[in-house]
Amino acid sequence: MIWFAARRVALFGGVYSNHLALDATLADAAAAGAEQAVCLGDLGAFGPRPDRSCEILRRAGIPIVQGNYDHSLGHGLPDCRCGYTDPRDNEYAALSYRYTFAHTDRGHRAWMRQFPAEIRISIDGREVLLCHGSPRRTNEFLWESTCSDAFLGWLLDETGADALCVTHTGLPWTRELPGGRRVVNVGAIGRPANDGDPRVIYALLIAAEDGGPPEVEWRRVTYDHLALAAEMRDEGLPEEFMVTIETGWWTTCLEVLPMKERARGRY
Amino acid sequence: MAFEHSRPRLEPHGDPDSAPVLHAGHLDALWFQVTGTLCNLRCSHCFISCAPENDSFGLLPLEEVERRLQESVALGVREYYFTGGEPFLHPRIVEILSLSLSYGPTTVLTNGTLLKPRQLEPLAAAAAASRWSLEFRLSLDGFDADSNDGLRGAGAFERAIEGFALLLAHGFLPIVTVVRSWDPDREPEVYARFIAALRARGCAQPRVKMMPAFRIGAEEKRAGGYGESERVTNRMLAEDDLDQLVCAHSRVVTDRGIWICPILLDSPDGRLGDDLDPAARTPFALAHAACHTCWLHGAICENPGAAAPEVGAPARKAAR
Repeated sequence: MIWFAARRVALFGGVYSNHLALDATLADAAAAGAEQAVCLGDLGAFGPRPDRSCEILRRAGIPIVQGNYDHSLGHGLPDCRCGYTDPRDNEYAALSYRYTFAHTDRGHRAWMRQFPAEIRISIDGREVLLCHGSPRRTNEFLWESTCSDAFLGWLLDETGADALCVTHTGLPWTRELPGGRRVVNVGAIGRPANDGDPRVIYALLIAAEDGGPPEVEWRRVTYDHLALAAEMRDEGLPEEFMVTIETGWWTTCLEVLPMKERARGRY
Repeated sequence: MAFEHSRPRLEPHGDPDSAPVLHAGHLDALWFQVTGTLCNLRCSHCFISCAPENDSFGLLPLEEVERRLQESVALGVREYYFTGGEPFLHPRIVEILSLSLSYGPTTVLTNGTLLKPRQLEPLAAAAAASRWSLEFRLSLDGFDADSNDGLRGAGAFERAIEGFALLLAHGFLPIVTVVRSWDPDREPEVYARFIAALRARGCAQPRVKMMPAFRIGAEEKRAGGYGESERVTNRMLAEDDLDQLVCAHSRVVTDRGIWICPILLDSPDGRLGDDLDPAARTPFALAHAACHTCWLHGAICENPGAAAPEVGAPARKAAR
């Protein structure tokens, strides 16, 4: 099922309760001429006062794909299903999940339960599949450095789509495959991209003038990250989380990063 | 539904207490038993009793690796793992890993005691030129010589730590892979000591993966084998996330054909023929004691993050 057709679409994922970045992203998408925005899931985690992001998204009325966090919150599962084994990562993940669960309104959690696992859109006649982790598994990490071309090609073959857009890892990348097909990880707007820049990233998917695969314009969004960090402190969230917001370097949930992505970071 | 035919499934059965027969899903990972069972060490907990004189599996020629890499493309394989034995006993290991990096993400499992700058320099260049990660998994079983060398042999700790430092110096971030040999209650303390030991060696981004022991091979003689009741049954898998089993999405290339998993090399029924396809789809009875460890802990041989439990799956077994 195609949800809508457009030539210019804003795609963002990993809100992680960062309501200030969410507001700034929606404003930037409108200013950049996006006809439509879609959220690729994971509304909660990490940031403060999760209900604020839910309210912004409900008010905006934009389509949302279900992330693993939304699924866990919606179904009252005991954890986020990111699959950490490192005790330190598990400790932060558990703390974050407990906080988010306790501060997400029951009505918002029921709403999250109804998000679809995937959304298909058409960009100038090209079918684009939007999902959270991978089209076969909501919590599968598609990192740039751990996906062979053969594997990405197979994912596209299975879905029949011309392009695939995901999030879940929090790090943006794109790859063009033979036959004019494309895979895009749109990154996350809830925390910066582990590159020392506190701004967050989302993708603008644009119909190509030459009729080729949709093109990606990366948008870096400035928002009041110091205000967000202050709010997180007020909420008693771990200091390590604020360091990430303030500096742009990831400090937690590092275990799942492959070698190349990890080596680009500081921690 | 897309992907339904590519998910692992169990053979229909009438007996909930019998061994499940698993039909694998998509082939995500292709393993290479690149040096067979040949190893310079003689660890007392090795599940396939690798040793300098154990040639029950031999070296894979570069040409054989290349042929299998080519075959894997049509199957949509996501990543490649190289193990042994000790992979750095292979005279052409640098060429093999560099070749693999031109196909996809590559991981090599090493004891770290044989690494040389003349190998790591070209590998660092190949890794930098590739869009894919080259992961080193370095096996250590203690955070100092006292806690390590009892299992891995005298002097093994210092030589492995020298290899670790050499990897750091060449820009790699090795994942130290540790087989649990302590009381579970001590895990947080042991983990913290590993992290501290690696930081003390100049590693700013320590990575540690903890693995359960397989009580087969040399480890069976050291610690005792499995009990009669430690077997996987259809009942146990009824609501499980089958992707947590390594054989649900992996196969192993050896010099004697395609094998079901890196742990069961000594099991004759682990051989699935000479051709990757159909071996990738050949059903397998999870009748081995080691299958119980794989079921209990899940996704044990992959890199961290490769196989998170499915979003709808029940919480992991409390007994782990």
